[in-house]
Amino acid sequence: MSNEATRVVRQPAAAQNPKLKGDLGRMLQDKMKDIWKFRLSYLFIAPFLVVFSLFIIIPVFTGVALSFTYFNSIEFPKWAGWMNYQNLFSQDVIFLQHVIPNSFKFALFVGPIGYVLAFVLAWLIAQLPGTLRVWYALAMYAPSLTGGIAMVVVWQVMFTGDRTGYINSFLLKWGFIDQPVLLTIDKDYLLGIMIVVSIWSSMGLGFLAILAGILNVDRTLYEAGRIDGISSRLQEIWYITVPMMKPQMLFAAVMAIVGTLKSGGIGTQLSGMNPTPDYSGQLFMNHIEDFGFTRLELGYASAISIVLLILTVLLSRFLWMLLGPKEDE
Amino acid sequence: MAVLKKMRQSLARSWSLYRSDFRSLDKTQIVLLVLLTLLAVFMVLPLVFIFNHAFKPLHELFLFPPTFFVREPTMQNFTDLLHATQDTFLPVTRFIFNSIVVTLLSTVGMVILGALCAYPLAKHPFPGRKIVFGVILLSIMISVETMGIPRYIVVKSLGIMNTYWGHVLPILALPVGVFLLKQFMDQVPDELLEAAKLDGASEWQLLVRIILPIVTPAMATITILSFQTAWSNSETSALFMQDDAMKTLPFYVESLTSNLANTVARQGVAAAASLIIFMPNLIIFLLSQRKVIQTMAHSGIK
Repeated sequence: MSNEATRVVRQPAAAQNPKLKGDLGRMLQDKMKDIWKFRLSYLFIAPFLVVFSLFIIIPVFTGVALSFTYFNSIEFPKWAGWMNYQNLFSQDVIFLQHVIPNSFKFALFVGPIGYVLAFVLAWLIAQLPGTLRVWYALAMYAPSLTGGIAMVVVWQVMFTGDRTGYINSFLLKWGFIDQPVLLTIDKDYLLGIMIVVSIWSSMGLGFLAILAGILNVDRTLYEAGRIDGISSRLQEIWYITVPMMKPQMLFAAVMAIVGTLKSGGIGTQLSGMNPTPDYSGQLFMNHIEDFGFTRLELGYASAISIVLLILTVLLSRFLWMLLGPKEDE
Repeated sequence: MAVLKKMRQSLARSWSLYRSDFRSLDKTQIVLLVLLTLLAVFMVLPLVFIFNHAFKPLHELFLFPPTFFVREPTMQNFTDLLHATQDTFLPVTRFIFNSIVVTLLSTVGMVILGALCAYPLAKHPFPGRKIVFGVILLSIMISVETMGIPRYIVVKSLGIMNTYWGHVLPILALPVGVFLLKQFMDQVPDELLEAAKLDGASEWQLLVRIILPIVTPAMATITILSFQTAWSNSETSALFMQDDAMKTLPFYVESLTSNLANTVARQGVAAAASLIIFMPNLIIFLLSQRKVIQTMAHSGIK
């Protein structure tokens, strides 16, 4: 392999611009030469790209294709055009009356509030001396290590509907309630509990990224800022910390979005049923599973997944505009 | 003996570090410490609870008012777990064995695939590099949980249902891992690679001898990441395994807990199983938390 292979990436590889513009054959030849020169690079990335294509790229396209069909997993998919999408947005009462409002509420609390909370926590922890910092960071991060399932037993025991439930027992003892409440099965409480549990376990990779970002900000910048008239800690955060760690903030934001969508299954785990009681905790994920695996309307379920996918990407793009690299940076 | 002495020395050193750190705290930091301690206790409470619950004997599980801490710790729940069989008469050790195999294969696989893929992405200006990285970046935003159905179709048509491949391959498609590694490898100075190249090092040697030793923090991080993903994954068992003998521990725990809502039977067993799932994650993170935080500093999307 030639020397150019490892040269700095910033120097564009297309240095071999054809001398004669428009000479397509020549250009193609050069391109092929270029590709041949980097054959080892392609060999290196190939194994991951194969798995990646098989389990991420192909499923996304299959999902899009399926969403335009009627498919019950037994017969071959029948073309249905925009039917699934039309039904979803005009006839699916559960989707329109429960799934969308629930998801909106859930995402609003778990997403932005969880994100701000992660930043505040990380900033506070960063103010501690080094040896202590590690333990507090661990305490915040540990819940996300549980990965959902492991904790179902805890939540179910905590929120048990009779007086042996810990929360019920506590509330009874202190006189907040007269009778035990069926917490996870009651439609008034389920969504709230889901939000608390999700925020609790949301301090994962994104939180660590923010913490590392804050710790990495150059100390001398703060001193320079003080000379330039920054007087309070809040100003410091706003004018120095946040701008300096925008890339980490963006990563954390993306992780927050993905995490929020992932935790969609929590309602089913807590209440032990899908659909959740009175659809009170029904989120996108539950709706997809309900149609995909219970009613076996796979085409329709795919359409819901695609709507969710588009929403995610749009949201991430929006955050990109807010936090992403600008032209002049 | 020498090892023991070294350990004692390092313990003493870190203890004196703690003491000096505590003394140097000012007033705001003390207030902060109290606040954060309260919060940390709140965060860790459920974890402490599961520890205690797993060791409670049967009569303490049913106690009213319910107790938080265990009074007479017992291993009963763990032995029950070992003897508990489902309708299929499979011992839980089978699920644990499956989990260990799947986790080992996925972690090793992810580390190899990730390093191989991240190196050219960071250091080789090959045609199409931007597009490949762009797609990987975009795919971080996609949550694979939404793609259960198409993934099921892929696994089925590959003919790897009810095999370990059906567990491992889907887990290997972890774009976050490649992304983190690539961002970290960007930091390796190009001069170093050029110099090694002049000495006649091959691309493979460059990766193994120069890049990998420098990016150990990032390697540690993706090891943990793929370990956690694989170890607590129940999705592949639920979707791609019809044969109960191929299912993994998290799936088993899920089936144990799925109808717990208002019963107490098997609660202790479920808690014990949950603890088995949680502990390895915690231990691995404890061992490498410094490296993880170091890696996350380079996690920014630039």
